[in-house]
Amino acid sequence: MTALAIDVAGLSKSFGTSKVVDSLDLQVAEGEICGFLGANGSGKTTTIRLLSGLLKPDAGRGQCIGYDIRSQTDQIRRQIGYMTQKFSYYEDLTVYENLYLVAGIYEISQPQAAIARVVGDLGLAPYVKNLAGTLSGGWKQRLALAACVLHRPKLLLLDEPTAGVDVKARREFWDLLHDMAAEGITVLVSTHYMDEAARCKRIVYLANGRIVVQGDPLSLTASSGLITFEIKTANIDALAHEARKRAGVEAAAVFGPLLHVTGTKRATLEASLHDLAPEGWHEVEPTLEDVFIHLLATGGSGR
Amino acid sequence: MSGFARRLWALLRKEWIQMWRDPLTLRLILALPLLQLVLYGFAINTNPKNLPTGILAAGYSRYERDLVAALQNTGYFDMRTLHSEQEGERDLVEGKLLFVINIPADFDRAVDRGDVPSVLMDADATDPSAVGNAMSALGALTGALNRDLPPTGQTQIRSPPFQFVIHARYNPEQLTVLNVLPGLICLVLIFSTLFLTTLSIAKERERGTVENLLATPVRPVELMIAKIVPYVFIGYMQVVLILVVSALLFALPMRGSLALLMLALGLFIISNLALGLTFSSVATNQMQAQQMAQFTLMPSFILSGFFFPFSGMPQWAQWVGELLPTTHIIRVVRGILLKGSSFDQIVNDLWPIALFALAAIMVSVTFYRETLD
Repeated sequence: MTALAIDVAGLSKSFGTSKVVDSLDLQVAEGEICGFLGANGSGKTTTIRLLSGLLKPDAGRGQCIGYDIRSQTDQIRRQIGYMTQKFSYYEDLTVYENLYLVAGIYEISQPQAAIARVVGDLGLAPYVKNLAGTLSGGWKQRLALAACVLHRPKLLLLDEPTAGVDVKARREFWDLLHDMAAEGITVLVSTHYMDEAARCKRIVYLANGRIVVQGDPLSLTASSGLITFEIKTANIDALAHEARKRAGVEAAAVFGPLLHVTGTKRATLEASLHDLAPEGWHEVEPTLEDVFIHLLATGGSGR
Repeated sequence: MSGFARRLWALLRKEWIQMWRDPLTLRLILALPLLQLVLYGFAINTNPKNLPTGILAAGYSRYERDLVAALQNTGYFDMRTLHSEQEGERDLVEGKLLFVINIPADFDRAVDRGDVPSVLMDADATDPSAVGNAMSALGALTGALNRDLPPTGQTQIRSPPFQFVIHARYNPEQLTVLNVLPGLICLVLIFSTLFLTTLSIAKERERGTVENLLATPVRPVELMIAKIVPYVFIGYMQVVLILVVSALLFALPMRGSLALLMLALGLFIISNLALGLTFSSVATNQMQAQQMAQFTLMPSFILSGFFFPFSGMPQWAQWVGELLPTTHIIRVVRGILLKGSSFDQIVNDLWPIALFALAAIMVSVTFYRETLD
């Protein structure tokens, strides 16, 4: 077995009476890109904060890049890069000034060289003299990523890094993440985007502060137990509306001219479709989105 | 450089850039004390002159002329002759006159007879501080007639030849520019240290940048020092600015030791910063932080003896006032600047500030959150 960058067990955290993270066990191998998925409020951000030492766990123990998450947070902070959900660098500083601040904080011995390296790697060169506040969303995220990797961390904790960023910028951002993983950096990244989830080596799905499912994207769809039928028909919106009322149909989603009807019980589903779509249907592989909608709808409790 | 020094330097550099990149705030910080100085120094005049005064006189006799001339010479009264008592009454009510002086008929003869006639003065005392000085100037005017009194009369008369009867109130304490300026120094310091630091930290919290910093090797103490230093610097700059401008414009004296003054103000600054840290730890956004700072500023303005005489306040208000570091620092600054007080003479007001600072530091440490919990 490869070495683990993250290895925690029984991690719990409550705010007031609500248990946000509930005896969570998580292992992430070194150099892996691990996708963190789950509904809003499922505990993704809190878990990331617990791992980065921003929050103290109520219970549980473990290590992050070889350091104890309770007693060695100082060492952890030196060797991780944490990117918050909201852009949290200084908008009234330029790109260069922000990076220079970070270089000072991590005591980087040759800040100019380090900044030149990340600026080159991330294509930020044309913007170094711009105020961070004037950058577009995609470039802000890139600045944040640059700041995260300036000190060559072993582990990146990224909390919805691409929320609100356009498709091209997101694609490029993920290409960069894969480049970093290739260099041996471990990445734990939370996201709501299915295309991003599909690019992870492994997906961990959270609900109510617990891990419900985990595995690589392909095996997740295969092992979900979901059956999806594709129907092509003219009056598709009305059909979708009608289908949702039928027994055995968990979800009916329109994709252009196609309707995907998903459920777990093959016989009931087929019986329902029989009179709905006399022209016929055929079975397709459920998508990741189908799987997650199924998980969300069942409250993560299950298959 | 040690890790501490390097991180602190990086943070200070950032604060410095941010400060200069917000030129409006920076200008306001420097303009504020000047504006207040000019307003308190020039606009607020607690010893106004040339107040509109009406005079009612039966005739235009020699003694009456002497008296009017003497009143005019005080500079407080801008005289005009009234034709009737009703006119005087009306103008006093309408605020056109602040004083009506009524010289009785047969004034000259009554004086010569030694009857000590009464000159009646009605004063609009709605704002006692506006008329107070003018009224107290009247006391010196009983000698106004001396020049024209017959030589024999001058020696014989032991009591004054006439008297003023004033219908007005007594103003307990005169505020003057010199009294206000030391208080101003303290209040400007509250603003720049308590307010701006509180806001600056709350801003980091609100924008989420503090979350980012806490996930780095930055230690809270480094962050706090980096936040505090620029404002201590600004605070002292403001003090120097006020002292220099006050000396030039208002001849504010510097009778005590400058080093002692700076030391005492340093203690005061620390107490404010500790309070600011507490506020910023408790508040979740800039608005809350501002409200809390405002909550401190208000009693400091009113109960510290800055605006209103401390001795004129009821006992309970004085007790509250004694708790405020501002009350003590104003006494200290007034003492050093105006009376040339030494350390021994101000130590009774220094220790309450030190005690407050200590308590505030302890509270801020208790409240300070090292993690996001």
